Amino acid sequence: MDRLKNWFKSDSSRGLTLIGLPFGFSLLLLAAPMLLIFFLGFWTQDYLVLDRSFSLDNYIEAWTEPMYRDLMLRSLGISATVTLGTVILAYPMAYFISFHGGNRKALWLFLVTIPFWTSYLLRVFLWKVILGYNGVLNSTLGWLGMIEEPLTFILYNANAVIITLTHAWAPFAILPIYVALEKIDRSYLEAAADLGDGPLKSFLRITLPLSMTGVVGAALIIFIPTIGDYVTPKLVGGKDGLMIANMIQVQFMKANNAPLGASLAVSAMGIVSMISLVFLALNRRWLRKRGS
Amino acid sequence: MTEKLKIDSIKNIVELDGVEKHFGGIAALDGVSAQIREGEFFSLLGPSGCGKTTLLRLIAGFEQPTKGNIAIDGFQMHGVEANERPTNMVFQSYAIFPHLNVEENVGYGLKRLNLGKDETARRVNEMLKLVDLENYNKRPAHALSGGQRQRVALARSLIMKPKVLLLDEPLSSLDKNLREQMQVELRHLQRTVGITFILVTHDQEEALTMSDRIAVMFEGKIVQIASPQELYSRPKSKRVASFIGVMNFIEGQLLKDGGQVTTVDVGILGNVNVNPDQIPIPLNPGPVIISIRPEMLTLLFEDRDSTEYEISGVILESTYYGDMTYYNVQINGLKSPLTISMRNTAGRRVLGDGESARVGWGAESLVILKNSEV
Repeated sequence: MDRLKNWFKSDSSRGLTLIGLPFGFSLLLLAAPMLLIFFLGFWTQDYLVLDRSFSLDNYIEAWTEPMYRDLMLRSLGISATVTLGTVILAYPMAYFISFHGGNRKALWLFLVTIPFWTSYLLRVFLWKVILGYNGVLNSTLGWLGMIEEPLTFILYNANAVIITLTHAWAPFAILPIYVALEKIDRSYLEAAADLGDGPLKSFLRITLPLSMTGVVGAALIIFIPTIGDYVTPKLVGGKDGLMIANMIQVQFMKANNAPLGASLAVSAMGIVSMISLVFLALNRRWLRKRGS
Repeated sequence: MTEKLKIDSIKNIVELDGVEKHFGGIAALDGVSAQIREGEFFSLLGPSGCGKTTLLRLIAGFEQPTKGNIAIDGFQMHGVEANERPTNMVFQSYAIFPHLNVEENVGYGLKRLNLGKDETARRVNEMLKLVDLENYNKRPAHALSGGQRQRVALARSLIMKPKVLLLDEPLSSLDKNLREQMQVELRHLQRTVGITFILVTHDQEEALTMSDRIAVMFEGKIVQIASPQELYSRPKSKRVASFIGVMNFIEGQLLKDGGQVTTVDVGILGNVNVNPDQIPIPLNPGPVIISIRPEMLTLLFEDRDSTEYEISGVILESTYYGDMTYYNVQINGLKSPLTISMRNTAGRRVLGDGESARVGWGAESLVILKNSEV
């Protein structure tokens, strides 16, 4: 009895008490649905009834049907491009805020969040206005005489999805990179200069390697959710810009084939997890090779 | 060649000429001029906020002076960036690159010189041997102790063969024993490599034990540059005297400036003759501060003990340090008590509080300073 009493007073019990509620919450709303989806993939939809006998047919279809494979590869391609573009756009911004933000860093970070004041849907629609056939970009370029006829490769295809997603996710990449840059002791840079490095050299030898953790974090934060995005491709992607998540949605809703949708979802999740793990491992190895 | 050697023997490696540095209207350095000689161990000593680190950073090139000139090895450094100066710095935090191992850290600055793998490795190993870190080549930065980090920082700077090595409070983060050991090692290292060292420190003991010369700084100004012995025994002001070690101050009168011998009235202790070198800055007759170090005062234990002068008092407090005992002694007729340090020799007892004591002293250990509040 005393032991139980002591246990309730201990740090570990306090920790468990604190984490208990959110843990139960995520168990209920995250783990349980995911388990359900996982099992659903092995069942079969027979018109209105669900056949609960174990079957791999859905997975076989998901992995052999060329359409699904193409969609998956396209999604990976779009996500990878978005990730690359976001990180390349976000790095200079994070660098500027961290190194030249002075005592206005908080203000700059606050400004970075401004896009979130409007709904995501509105921002996607705005890109339609900008990129459209008679949109802002085309009419401006036409007015300037730089183009004969409106550009069509910028809307209702993969390019439009990439542009829209890159813009939407850039702020999410700025923060982890900014944090990594902030953590770099400025005396490292002075030491590098002291040992003869110019600004570019010390950036490549000190700042970049030491901020890689932030870059990797940013890349994962962008890559994982964008691959599952279905709103953006649906709105600006046209038929050439559709991604795997659109197909999953179709299977669940219109095609009334939830098991196939589930197997596609689980497959996509598996692929993303594998890529993320490989990415992390490569990065760790690269960092270690650099001597960390 | 002989001509050059002759010049070298008195060459100033760093010349500071009226250097000022303002930060937002506040003067961190207020007209600093000094010459630092080639091959010497020079210390900038002062309390925190006196501008000593700012001065070091100006020499390194991390900051530019608001006014005045800095010349290193005969060249004006105006507009010369840190990476192009013949100086290297050991940072207070050591700034060991965390993503590199020991040999990559030490060889960092060599990479630019394109020496090739073998030559780089040879020089790195030579340096590691010099700082006693042989076979630590592959040790990652995070696995180094404080003392080892300092050695790596030293090796990383010395491998560049700088004209001047700048050290920013390099010992302040080490524990006491290691710090004392490193004081000796740093001194030894400086002698071995023959490079000019400029050390910034707030620790007077550190400055005294290591330096050839010390510049004492207060509020953005250098107030005295002298060898450790001279600084300790002939401080030029009351402030320097109380910053370096412990000093007793007694109010008195300078009676007669008689050329070779000057007479001073030490209040109740009577008139005493002193030599001109005991007055570091020439003074006019009038009120002065008479200072004397605790170890220059002696407690007379035996009846037969005697010294040039003798006064009597009462022990207010004694503090036992093992090798030494410090006494606070109230002298009859003096405003504030005197601090007296006595070595604890065999058979000598430690006097207790309230015991009466005879205090002996000699005229040659007095230093006569200007009467000023600071």
